[in-house]
Amino acid sequence: MRIGLFVTCLTDTLFPDTGKAVVTLLERLGHQVEFPMAQSCCGQMHFNTGYRREAAPMARGFAAAFGGYEAVVTPSASCAAMVREYHPVLAGGDAALARDVAALTPRVHDLATFLTGVLGVTDVGAYFPHRVTYHPTCHSLRLLRVGDAPLRLLRGVRGLELVDLPEAETCCGFGGTFAVKNPDVSAAMCADKVAAIRQSRAEVVCAGDNSCLMHIGGALSRMRTGVRTMHLAEILASGDAA
Amino acid sequence: MPTYLGMPAFPQAAKKAVADSQLRRNLTHATTAIRTKRAKAVGELDDWEQLRQTAKAIKDHTLANLGTYLPRLEENVTKAGGRVHWARDAAEANAIVTDLVRQAGADKVVKVKSMATQETGLNEALAAAGIAAIETDLAELIVQLGHDRPSHILVPAIHRNRAEIGELFRRTMDDAPAGLTDDPPRLTAAARQHLRSEFLAATVGISGANFAIAGTGSLVVVESEGNGRMCLTLPDTLISVVGIEKVLPSWRDLEVFLALLPRSSTAERMNPYTTIWSGVTPGDGPQDFHLVLLDNGRTDTLADATGRQALRCIRCSACLNVCPVYERTGGHAYGSPYPGPIGAILSPQLRGVGSAIDASLPFASSLCGACYEVCPVAINIPEVLVEQRARSVADGQKHYSERIVFGASGYVLRSPRRLAAAQRVASFGRHLAGRSGRIRRLPPPLSAWTDTRDAPAPPPESFRAWWARTRGTGQ
Repeated sequence: MRIGLFVTCLTDTLFPDTGKAVVTLLERLGHQVEFPMAQSCCGQMHFNTGYRREAAPMARGFAAAFGGYEAVVTPSASCAAMVREYHPVLAGGDAALARDVAALTPRVHDLATFLTGVLGVTDVGAYFPHRVTYHPTCHSLRLLRVGDAPLRLLRGVRGLELVDLPEAETCCGFGGTFAVKNPDVSAAMCADKVAAIRQSRAEVVCAGDNSCLMHIGGALSRMRTGVRTMHLAEILASGDAA
Repeated sequence: MPTYLGMPAFPQAAKKAVADSQLRRNLTHATTAIRTKRAKAVGELDDWEQLRQTAKAIKDHTLANLGTYLPRLEENVTKAGGRVHWARDAAEANAIVTDLVRQAGADKVVKVKSMATQETGLNEALAAAGIAAIETDLAELIVQLGHDRPSHILVPAIHRNRAEIGELFRRTMDDAPAGLTDDPPRLTAAARQHLRSEFLAATVGISGANFAIAGTGSLVVVESEGNGRMCLTLPDTLISVVGIEKVLPSWRDLEVFLALLPRSSTAERMNPYTTIWSGVTPGDGPQDFHLVLLDNGRTDTLADATGRQALRCIRCSACLNVCPVYERTGGHAYGSPYPGPIGAILSPQLRGVGSAIDASLPFASSLCGACYEVCPVAINIPEVLVEQRARSVADGQKHYSERIVFGASGYVLRSPRRLAAAQRVASFGRHLAGRSGRIRRLPPPLSAWTDTRDAPAPPPESFRAWWARTRGTGQ
């Protein structure tokens, strides 16, 4: 299977370790991964803030960069959902692009559902001896509907103690530009998420989206909680020290 | 909605609300309880999704054929002895009702809780004409006695707790029993006694309606307290102000909604009181019945292919109860009788985006999607919000500096080459971070982030630079 990695602009720019972890993990499972250099951004931030005209060329660029791959894997459920749900909207009246987008979008997967659904693995051979809680990000839960795929993967990790997150399905308050346009409400939501994480007594909070983790992690570090955030991919890529 | 004039934009109103500890506590307590109960009540039905899709289809069909169903409703209400009035906007509706009350010779009316009359500001209009309107729903009475505003569609006084209500009753209710405590049954009994004399003396009742059935000209009011039944049956004259989107073709359609509404709103299998009437029945109930059909921006909303789904709303409040934004701000911040997620898409459509508050409402959401998930008529609220945002941006008058930022970032992000160049520049930003590896402060507008959250320091090397260095660029 020819797998293209869509790393997303955020992970590319700020969290390269997550991208490297996806490569390590898929190669460990015996797959070859390619990174088409023509990729950039899915356009979610522009689209969700109302800038459709600016987002449209990004949908076009995405289709051009990934059209040749049998599977496109991304460490962001939110960006995968953007491609699947809204690239058809952005393709709009352009019939050729609409056709390309329609053919491509079903092949775009977030990492967790790609592993459990397409590759059919839940034990990826990882070792991570820490107390971990999982935050189901809103778009993974309600747009992409990844269900319990991430939890099944985490349960397959040796040494990992998975603990429940209270009120797990409540938004962390990131919401893209919402975090800056409505900073007080966003911070209030994040404070409650942090309280829930503290209540779980986890040392690591994990999720399938670096955007939400950047938000939660920003508050955890500001408050010196000593709890760290990690993308699911990085936990799954962790191996034996031995 | 005159009382909402001059409301600040949502972020400013919300800033005050999130700092109100009593409000936060009251809201968290109430919304957590009700959403847990709702999930249980909905979970009892294994055909919930089917009911939901059916309700959506019925509403969409009816809204697409108002030209058939509204005249049919008028014809059947008239045949049954009622009179139908058409109101283009709030002012017309209020004038019609004021005239009808005057014709009935009354200077006081009793009211069943009604969103339509909140929307038109009827109580204020009646007061200006020297007519007192008595709200008889317990929570509406609490709001009225406190010269307050409703903050929730179903539970208008959700922002008040029992201690605040006890204090209010002792201070404002002239017939409050001596030694009235904060005990909810005693507070309810005091309100009951206070309202009883109003019910018995009233000659005019005013209501809204949850549904209007075109096929028989019947109106339906669903409630919990029995005050509705009193208002709808005791007075000689009954005036119902109803939005044109409330019409349903037939009783068979009603069945679907009577299964969805109570479970979604109060988490009950069935609501305690359902009152249904068709025109006038000689010797039984009001002998003079008027139906005021209200447009007030609804036909304009109907013209919008994405936004029109907001008109499916049956005012259950499920979206408010699950909304993480509403839970932290309460309803007043939304500057409308329709707060929460549904208010954020309905108010700007009904009223336009001319005011600071209406222009800010499409942005008052993190797009988490919890509202869409619980909506019993499957209104895709995030989709409408994003559509409204696009309209707001397309309106050249607004977001001047933001447009420049988004134009420039769009130019960078759509090109891998420019993105790579920007990443090399951003990488220097890592020197802003101290030993913690975190950026503690950024200039405006990003200070809105770093006021409460650290920002990650950019790494020395982006992913694409690492890939090119270790694996080459040839693909």
